[in-house]
Amino acid sequence: MSKQPILEINNLHAGVENKKILKGFSLTINAGEVHALMGLNGSGKSTLAAILAGREGYDVTEGTVKYLGEDLLELDPEERARKGVFLAFQYPVEIPGVNSTYFLKAALNEIRKSKGEQELDAIEFLNLVKDKIKLLELNEDLLKRSVNEGFSGGEKKRAEIFQMAVLEPKLAILDETDSGLDIDALKVVSSGVNKLKRPDSAQLVITHYQRLLNYIIPDFVHVMADGRIVKSGGKELALELEAKGYEAIVKAQ
Amino acid sequence: MSTDTETIESLVKQEYKYGFVTDVESESTPPGLSEDTIRHISAKKKEPAWLTDWRIKSFRYWQTMKEPTWQFVKYPKIDFQAISYFSQPKPKGDAPKSLDEVDPKLLEMYEKLGIPLRERGRLAGVAVDAIFDSVSVGTTYREELAKKGIIFCSFSEAVLEHPELVKKYLGSVVPYTDNYYAALNSAVFTDGSFCYIPKGVRCPMELSTYFRINAAKSGQFERTLIIADEGASVSYLEGCTAPMRDENQLHAAVVELVALDNAKIKYSTVQNWYPGDENGVGGIYNFVTKRGLCKGKNAHITWTQVETGSAITWKYPSCILLGEGSKGEFYSVAVVNNMQQADTGTKMIHIGKNTKSTIISKGISAGKGQNSYRGLVEIRKSAGGARNFSQCDSMLIGNKCGAHTFPYIEVKNTTSRVEHEATTSKIGEDQIFYCNQRGIETQDAVNMIVNGFCKEVFKELPMEFAVEAQKLLGVSLEGSVG
Repeated sequence: MSKQPILEINNLHAGVENKKILKGFSLTINAGEVHALMGLNGSGKSTLAAILAGREGYDVTEGTVKYLGEDLLELDPEERARKGVFLAFQYPVEIPGVNSTYFLKAALNEIRKSKGEQELDAIEFLNLVKDKIKLLELNEDLLKRSVNEGFSGGEKKRAEIFQMAVLEPKLAILDETDSGLDIDALKVVSSGVNKLKRPDSAQLVITHYQRLLNYIIPDFVHVMADGRIVKSGGKELALELEAKGYEAIVKAQ
Repeated sequence: MSTDTETIESLVKQEYKYGFVTDVESESTPPGLSEDTIRHISAKKKEPAWLTDWRIKSFRYWQTMKEPTWQFVKYPKIDFQAISYFSQPKPKGDAPKSLDEVDPKLLEMYEKLGIPLRERGRLAGVAVDAIFDSVSVGTTYREELAKKGIIFCSFSEAVLEHPELVKKYLGSVVPYTDNYYAALNSAVFTDGSFCYIPKGVRCPMELSTYFRINAAKSGQFERTLIIADEGASVSYLEGCTAPMRDENQLHAAVVELVALDNAKIKYSTVQNWYPGDENGVGGIYNFVTKRGLCKGKNAHITWTQVETGSAITWKYPSCILLGEGSKGEFYSVAVVNNMQQADTGTKMIHIGKNTKSTIISKGISAGKGQNSYRGLVEIRKSAGGARNFSQCDSMLIGNKCGAHTFPYIEVKNTTSRVEHEATTSKIGEDQIFYCNQRGIETQDAVNMIVNGFCKEVFKELPMEFAVEAQKLLGVSLEGSVG
């Protein structure tokens, strides 16, 4: 039985103003798979994440991105989100005064509405949220605070994973979720990610370091340099990368 | 990675849903201002001679004054001779004795505005005094309030029925010499609300006044006086709307609050006068003097205002903290969109020992709006141990608007403490994108972010009105971001 492709990126070229960043990036992700995308700073990892989520300011000059068979680049960011694309931000923003629970309820109900499902009322939502809090072993205090306001780096990343748990995306893109995390926080975040793995959804884990992949075991590892994938392999590729360094692997290609 | 400015501009538009005109026959005095006009208004209201004299004194003083120019707003010179100073729906025979006799067209209008004058429905439990142009058309729950000794009626009635209270307190907080518009108001004021809460009584319901300007070419000059006697407390709310007209109309009110020993007055305003169109044509000039006197020990006055309407807003609800240990608070949200201008803030005058004041001001600017916070914290020598905390935050939406802060701080003793914090932020494209990425569209994201920004102020509003205020803010900023 052939697997259902969730994301198909084909020969993507893109950049900002006059600077080319992605130069022929191709990648296919199927349902049930976890892909790790590794690379040095400036190789284009975060640009890829931003383009997939629909952030303004990037020009796509060539190539296609299909999401569940549909042209992803044609959709507004909120439409992508409602169809199940989730970006765990590298730097989640603070929204002072906006209660986290309220925010997340609004988000979930937008997604449900677009799917033709009934919106959850406050009580149903609270029950759902409490389950997820337990699943991820997070502190319930999170729900009472304003979105990311005054959160530590680790708390912000945990909050992102928590949002992911509630919104149950088809495609989760984790942009350097490990950056700035101490080892304990890293464990919490990655165990959360592992628990959220489902056969009908996929995860793209973008990271600079191998250490995250000690906790999140990917099915595929891709090494990115200068705007495209230069090498792909199984989880052992990450270890090779750690041992030899990026330089050696990129040069060998 | 910026949200395209042109998209922002092309979407800046605003809908004003209270812009209709009610078709009632009204009688207005011809435009023009002279001692005769004032005598005419005074006679029309059957006022005692002392009040007529006070008006004339005010008028003569006003004539010696110059229109102030220090505020950070621009408008063409006002022709005070072109304004009609008195307008009322034509009475059908005698004045209505109860709400049942009020012109059904007026009742219908208030229903349409969401302010039912019948003592039931959504606002059941809130007493309303409805001011239409220059007169009060009705006050609800009067009998029930009277049982507790609370007087809640139109200012005109108070003059006739409780002259001793009016005479004692009128002009005691805002003297007619105070400023240009206060002097003008003292000369020509027509109606407004009067409220007296006797000793030790907690007012059992919210009191409110709803101001409506309807007639063309008329100004509205209302006068409100609220007195909370020793140990009394009251929460009061005012709301305002006006039809859409191409001309500017002047609204120059005076509000005086007096709180005696241990009394508490909470005064909340949701101001939604017609703001003019996107080119700045029409709209209300809202030039208002509001001041509260904490006359007694531990008196407490709180001003909360949500200012979303008016072409120009020019007001500084202030507190004079005379009584020892008295407390003044000012919570404000001021929104300008399109061509609106606001110069608003507060004055906290600390005179008594150990007096405290808090100022939280949130200014939101969109379109080409200009928003200024202007505030004075004055701590006199006598006010040992006084404390003030001020926080002034501005939020900009788009890049054609402006936010300005003019704080003045004067401290005349060494035992007081004053803190001032100010921030200016642009509504973050990052914040909007973050919301988008969670499935929330841009307009909803802006509402959410702005409401979050204003939360500290909204939580000071009476419950029913906090919800209204949030909705209003959404309407005011509709289309301000693309």
